[in-house]
Amino acid sequence: MEPIIETRRLSHIYSAGTPFEHGALVDVDFTAYRGEYLGIIGHTGSGKSTLIQHLNGLLKPTSGQVLLEGQDIWASKERTRQTRFQVGLVFQYPEYQLFEETVYKDIAFGPGNMGLDQKEIDRRVRQAAQFVGLKEEVLEKSPFELSGGQKRRVAIAGVIAMEPSVLILDEPTAGLDPVGVESILGNIHDYHQAKNATILIVSHSMEEIARTVDRIVVVNDGRIPFSGTPREVFAHGDELEHMGLGVPAMTRVFHRLRAMGVDIDPSVYTIQQARDAVLAKLGRGMG
Amino acid sequence: MALKDITLGQYFPGATPIHRLDPRVKIIGTIAYIVALFLAKWLVSYALLLVVLAIEIALSRIGLKSILRGMKPILIIVLITGLLNLLYTPGQGAPLVTFWVFTIYREGVWAACSMVLRIAMLITCTFLLTYTTSPIQLTDALERLMNPLKAVKVPVHELSMMMSIALRFIPTLIEETDKIMSAQKARGADFDSGNLVQKAKALVPLLVPLFISAFRRADELAIAMECRCYHGGEGRTRMRQLKLTAMDGAALTLSAALCVAAGVLARLGL
Repeated sequence: MEPIIETRRLSHIYSAGTPFEHGALVDVDFTAYRGEYLGIIGHTGSGKSTLIQHLNGLLKPTSGQVLLEGQDIWASKERTRQTRFQVGLVFQYPEYQLFEETVYKDIAFGPGNMGLDQKEIDRRVRQAAQFVGLKEEVLEKSPFELSGGQKRRVAIAGVIAMEPSVLILDEPTAGLDPVGVESILGNIHDYHQAKNATILIVSHSMEEIARTVDRIVVVNDGRIPFSGTPREVFAHGDELEHMGLGVPAMTRVFHRLRAMGVDIDPSVYTIQQARDAVLAKLGRGMG
Repeated sequence: MALKDITLGQYFPGATPIHRLDPRVKIIGTIAYIVALFLAKWLVSYALLLVVLAIEIALSRIGLKSILRGMKPILIIVLITGLLNLLYTPGQGAPLVTFWVFTIYREGVWAACSMVLRIAMLITCTFLLTYTTSPIQLTDALERLMNPLKAVKVPVHELSMMMSIALRFIPTLIEETDKIMSAQKARGADFDSGNLVQKAKALVPLLVPLFISAFRRADELAIAMECRCYHGGEGRTRMRQLKLTAMDGAALTLSAALCVAAGVLARLGL
């Protein structure tokens, strides 16, 4: 697989030279591959937000490099600016960034900054609105009349409208009800499928991302202790618990079973997998 | 713009003797220092005050770097003041330099130096106060110090509550500004380039969300305060009682001594 974003020995120190100085990232080597659906998990303050802000050039590394398609994003000013459009970043609670009079204008802010012509902007705004499930009539409303969930969709559409090849979302479902969570995750999935974009989704909830992502990167204490497929990562159940990251309920049940002496695969994380594992076990037991 | 670098009025937690002083004493001490600073006339006084300041800085363990960084925003004002004093102070002796329409006298050089020094020291000593005293302590102390004004119907409690809320929300708003700025930058907003009009226009995507969130926060805070039966200062007791210690007494005595010394030195013309 071809890497799209890489960091090389990336370190970031906040408030260098003051009593508040602390290292948020330490020699991080991170890779995201083209077309990948990647989950980044970490506890609050683990450095995951700092990491993603480096990926689109919002933060400048204290040392180390960030490469987009093999090229340093800090090579020139223009390059950094282009990176912002190629790597779309949706912040946590993005609804607080809305400012325009209408939803349409707000979504058009990003594409407008890219210097696109009116027709292209219009196409992108409508398409982005469609991706996040906003109806046509909402476009002419003020974003401040909408409900929290709707605002969130507008904000995500504002980034999707730039058609980034890498889309990073920081806790996109925080504070939403279960239906909202499902629907937003579905929208992101649709974008991934339609544009063959690389998706990085940051979360502290294993349960939520385990089902959708191809690969999980764990961030703890400014480092990446391990990464891999959800199965591989959840095999580190104890270490994850130690970092304050709960593993999915199913995984916990199977770890417990194993601890009780049942010879069973502990890396399951969905009910479907659990069912298959139990059936396989029972089948073998009976045979 | 690096918002994180703004340290104006930021508290550096610590446990040094300066940190532990009663905030009321620190406020009075600061005022006494400023009074002494304005009494100062000649080198001896300035040297004395500079030494006192240096000892205070050393005691507080605040890095010189942090203090200098805090000074940055007002550097221009200080320089302009110095320059005006240098150019416009008339003198008796022979002019040192004459160019264009300006004449610089010895008195001008002294006035400029002393003015720059005075402002720098004034700012440093007030910084020392806010660096070593948490905003809550500070407003607490102010409320106590202004208490006598209640007799003439000054809403002392309300004022100090307003002040503590304002102080409390400065870091929050700075953080929020930073966040919104990042979010808009991620959408390609450009805050740094362009002419003045373009720059002002570029602030709209920053200011609108900032105002909205400030109002939202104010509303939430009011509700939270009402839920906890806040009804103004009447009969309210404090969580932290301020008590003067021997150290506070010593600090007050030293402040008074400093003022007297500055006054005497000024009389002697030193």
